[in-house]
Amino acid sequence: MIPELGNFSLILALAMAIIQTLFPITGAANGNLAWMSLARPAAWLQFLFVTLSFIILIYLFLTNDFSVSYVAQNSNSLLPAIYRFSAVWGAHEGSLLLWVFILSLWTVAVSFYSKRLPLYFLARVIGVMGSVSVGFLLFMLFTSNPFDRLLPTPADGSDLNPLLQDPGLIIHPPMLYMGYVGFSVAFGFAIAALLGGNLDTNWARWSRPWTLLAWLFLTLGIALGSWWAYYELGWGGWWFWDPVENASFMPWLIGTALIHSFAATEKRDVFKNWTILLAICVFALSLLGTFLVRSGVLTSVHAFATDPERGIFILVLLGFFVGGSLLLYALRAPTTTRSGQFKLCSRETFLLFNSVLLLVAMLTVLLGTLYPLIAETIGVGKLSVGAPYFNAVFIPIMMPIIIMIGIGAIVRWRQDDAVRVWKQLRILFVGSICIGTALGILFFDDHLFRTSVGIVAALWVLTTSCSALLARIKQHQHKLLALRMIPRGFYGMTIAHIGFAVTIIGITITSQHSVDIHQRMAPGDSIEFADYSFQLEALRPVSGPNFQATEAVVKVMKNGIYITKLRSQKRIYSVRNMPMTEAGIHSNLVRDIYISLGEPLENNAWSIRLYHKPFVRWIWLGAIFMAIGGLLAATDRRYRFNIQHQKTVSLPRSSGSPVSANIK
Amino acid sequence: MIRYLLPLGLFIGLIILFVFGLQNDPRRVPSPLIGKPAPIFNLPTLESADVKLRLDDLKGKVSLINVWASWCAACRIEHPLLIDAANKNALNLYGLNYKDKREDARRWLHQLGDPYIKSAFDQSGKTGIDYGVYGVPETFVLDDAGIIRYKHIGPLSKQDMDDIILPLIKQLEATAS
Repeated sequence: MIPELGNFSLILALAMAIIQTLFPITGAANGNLAWMSLARPAAWLQFLFVTLSFIILIYLFLTNDFSVSYVAQNSNSLLPAIYRFSAVWGAHEGSLLLWVFILSLWTVAVSFYSKRLPLYFLARVIGVMGSVSVGFLLFMLFTSNPFDRLLPTPADGSDLNPLLQDPGLIIHPPMLYMGYVGFSVAFGFAIAALLGGNLDTNWARWSRPWTLLAWLFLTLGIALGSWWAYYELGWGGWWFWDPVENASFMPWLIGTALIHSFAATEKRDVFKNWTILLAICVFALSLLGTFLVRSGVLTSVHAFATDPERGIFILVLLGFFVGGSLLLYALRAPTTTRSGQFKLCSRETFLLFNSVLLLVAMLTVLLGTLYPLIAETIGVGKLSVGAPYFNAVFIPIMMPIIIMIGIGAIVRWRQDDAVRVWKQLRILFVGSICIGTALGILFFDDHLFRTSVGIVAALWVLTTSCSALLARIKQHQHKLLALRMIPRGFYGMTIAHIGFAVTIIGITITSQHSVDIHQRMAPGDSIEFADYSFQLEALRPVSGPNFQATEAVVKVMKNGIYITKLRSQKRIYSVRNMPMTEAGIHSNLVRDIYISLGEPLENNAWSIRLYHKPFVRWIWLGAIFMAIGGLLAATDRRYRFNIQHQKTVSLPRSSGSPVSANIK
Repeated sequence: MIRYLLPLGLFIGLIILFVFGLQNDPRRVPSPLIGKPAPIFNLPTLESADVKLRLDDLKGKVSLINVWASWCAACRIEHPLLIDAANKNALNLYGLNYKDKREDARRWLHQLGDPYIKSAFDQSGKTGIDYGVYGVPETFVLDDAGIIRYKHIGPLSKQDMDDIILPLIKQLEATAS
């Protein structure tokens, strides 16, 4: 009975989403105030019903209702309660419900925090977001209903994929989806601006904080995913250029380009079409990500549920939304007025260069991700493009981006004096090169060139960001007051760029200087490795709620001083008979020691892998900085005041004239 | 105008690629074993550790090897199909019981029916590795000389059986005799 209630609630949500789409958009086109006013309540009701469905699915998991096919496939009575909860989004159907739930959450947030937006504009934004919801609800109801019953009811479920039984996976998908789906807000604003023909700076100002929020969630989501892969897959890798990782990385690249392009559009009234295009593109990539992950066109370690029929459905959705909006773009963009002149030596130029480069970076990732598909379609055979391609192509594109981040932070809007910029930058430029190279030579023995280049790049970003901040402070007479006068957005930018520098350091040093060793060890054996001594103290059987494991306890010493005891387990999850490795990790700011248990050998010995990974934490630390920067920028008082002081453009009730005539 | 239509054009190209991509079967990973002699095995059977099943026992007739296990949920899905096909077509169907426990596997056959002439008991999974098994169930078609002619990954559907496996067996039997 309860699953049927969930199903019914989904159908009601669909009905609400249809109302939320049709009435506000038509209302905005005809100037019908009553129809436009339906946007908010329809969005709230849709949210209510989706939430109800979501809660019901959680309830079904928690109460082990194996008469529901999705629960039976992804849970088990022995599964700990917290994983029964996160199993809700452990596979396809539930992920979709999470997708729709988060979409309706964003819609409700927009309807609350954009009260001062002109009604015709808000109606369109909510209408567009509603249409996305309609698409996904139809998709769910027709091809992947999480409430479908299974007859006969199995005695027990076939358990959650053991890979997903991990604390990281409880929050990773919701974070990632908050990011993915959050870009639908930017998309909604862009389409609303195109529909209304009002491609002014306003839409950029309104949608910028939303886009920043989505971007920061995506940043955190990707970082969490990378961290999860690092400790859960048991091979110490933190990024695999796997199609599913790429699917989340591509919207991140374009989202990054978008938040920068927004800055130029909002402040300087330039790149209006380009920003619109990026907003469409970032949402298209979010949909594409869903398509790639869920359709099975690409084989991937992450492709948990694949089904060609679903693929076609997502493809139709993708075609409708992206094709439709690009057509709308082609029709409306030529009418955009050109304004906001700028000279070659200006911040606008560097922002434009960087967003083009980010687009190129995204395209190379897209090409690498889709190449297997292209190769198969033209008949070259099944193959996959590995990390060597991505590293060879991606890093050279990042270099000019990094150089321009530094210049862009210093150079002024509209017009600047190249000589002045050079004077400010030259010391930082030469300083970064000298200090970076010196640090590389001082601390590292091999891979000197690559290491130094990485450190120089990071120093360059770091010093230019700080220098830009100092220059701002210098402009003011009162230095302490200046700290308060500088807008939060500027602090946000500085912190995010510093975070980027931190990530560069992490990536460079980890990828150049990680070492590992594969060793046969029996209890009592010890080994010297990377200045540490490792002694296998014991091997013992351990049993968990739904697995049996062998645990290795390894004592780690350095120069005779006790450091830590690491435990690594080889687990066999009983229901799926699937082996999993739990790595033992000891970390501090400058290095991780990582142990993973391999295979059993004869005479009570095991093969054990030891890793020494310097600076690996910095990769994720940088991401946290970036997210904090994003949060500061999104909460800049400019947006808060704007929202509060924005005069509502009310429509005269008797008006039969087109709504766009009422735009200020 | 053309300039503004460019993004749409690129996107349509991408969609066309995906439409073609969807028609490819992600499961159809070419096996390097096809056309090669099947790896030799000599394993105890499921009934008894003393009775052996060897690759040579399969030679001389076109035969099928179905890799299965009692812990494998998808095997349960294809099982009725195997029973049905074995009854109707007098297949030389052998099982390779993969990484399983003897009692569990026997109980499974007892409950669901046994379509196999014999099942080899590959407890360590070593033979499975020789055969490149990476997803249970898998089904191999061997000709009379013991050459692997076809490999199917995942549960067989009725369509797979009627359109691919059975015609292939007929064809191989015709060339053998």
